[in-house]
Amino acid sequence: MSITLQAIQFQNLRSDLPKFRAGDTVKVNYKIVEGDKERIQPFQGVVIQVRGAGVSTMFTVRKLSGNVAVERIFPMHSPRIASLEVVREGLVRRARIFYMRELTGKATRIKDRSTKDDRSKAKVKAKAKAKA
Amino acid sequence: MKGILGKKLGMTQVFLEDGTAYGVTVIQAGPCKVTQVRSQENDGYEAVQLGFGQTKAKNNSKAELGHFAKSGLESAPMHVVELPYEGDAPSVGTDITVSMFEGVKKVIVRGTSKGRGFAGTIKRYNFQRGRETHGNVNHRAPGSAGQHTYPARTIPGKKLPGHMGNHACTTKNLQLVKYDAENNLLFVRGAVPGPINGLVIVEKI
Repeated sequence: MSITLQAIQFQNLRSDLPKFRAGDTVKVNYKIVEGDKERIQPFQGVVIQVRGAGVSTMFTVRKLSGNVAVERIFPMHSPRIASLEVVREGLVRRARIFYMRELTGKATRIKDRSTKDDRSKAKVKAKAKAKA
Repeated sequence: MKGILGKKLGMTQVFLEDGTAYGVTVIQAGPCKVTQVRSQENDGYEAVQLGFGQTKAKNNSKAELGHFAKSGLESAPMHVVELPYEGDAPSVGTDITVSMFEGVKKVIVRGTSKGRGFAGTIKRYNFQRGRETHGNVNHRAPGSAGQHTYPARTIPGKKLPGHMGNHACTTKNLQLVKYDAENNLLFVRGAVPGPINGLVIVEKI
């Protein structure tokens, strides 16, 4: 009969969004109301942090608009996010890459995560072979 | 009915359809059984006795079992509270559910605040504290209790250390963000008095 708070929170989570982490480049399609019209505004940039847990998870996306850096904070489970796609998976060592704010030009490049995965997979295979 | 009994489940965040996020307290309200109707003729006042929650029958006295059997219950409810009512009195044995909050925008929530035990004046009345170092000896003391030869006594009502919390507390004009009739839940914007799992009374304004 009784329902727990955890269960209520779980119902309010969105499961349709792909997983991503700091360093990834994402495109957030955000619904915006202008007057009485609603349109979708895409915002593409690098995720510099994912903070919080559960329903109140927020993430920050940073992009360069012309020469000016713009950071936007989105609630992860907001119904305002029409859709979200991970454009590129980046390889970074930190969960919060605020050092990006100090970097400019070529220094802001982020390595692709897939290459690391290939390497680690190769290592596992090599170990398995050595055991056998 | 004007009010319902409930259990505070805790706080979380909900999104409205337009994307606004609200911090809400989730209250499991009812269903409450009407266990007795107090009338002007019999009791000298008008009220409805509501039962909420469950206890084990083996822990109830025969008097309790007999009283609550009248409303079709097999054991005594955990909480029994009398509340005033509007219009016709509901008959004994009917269930009061959250559907009474259909279309309601604002509610009052009554509860018992969290007990803080014997607390000093800083925690209890927001007094200022003294500094820790530089020869200071007055760290958390309440300071002066009054004047000198005249009036030669402490004025009644002087704020002093003592028991804090665990008293009746009301929060008025809370926005009812939504309600869930299926799971008997009320989502009230903002904080509500008392600990998690504490008894609260939610009333329509």
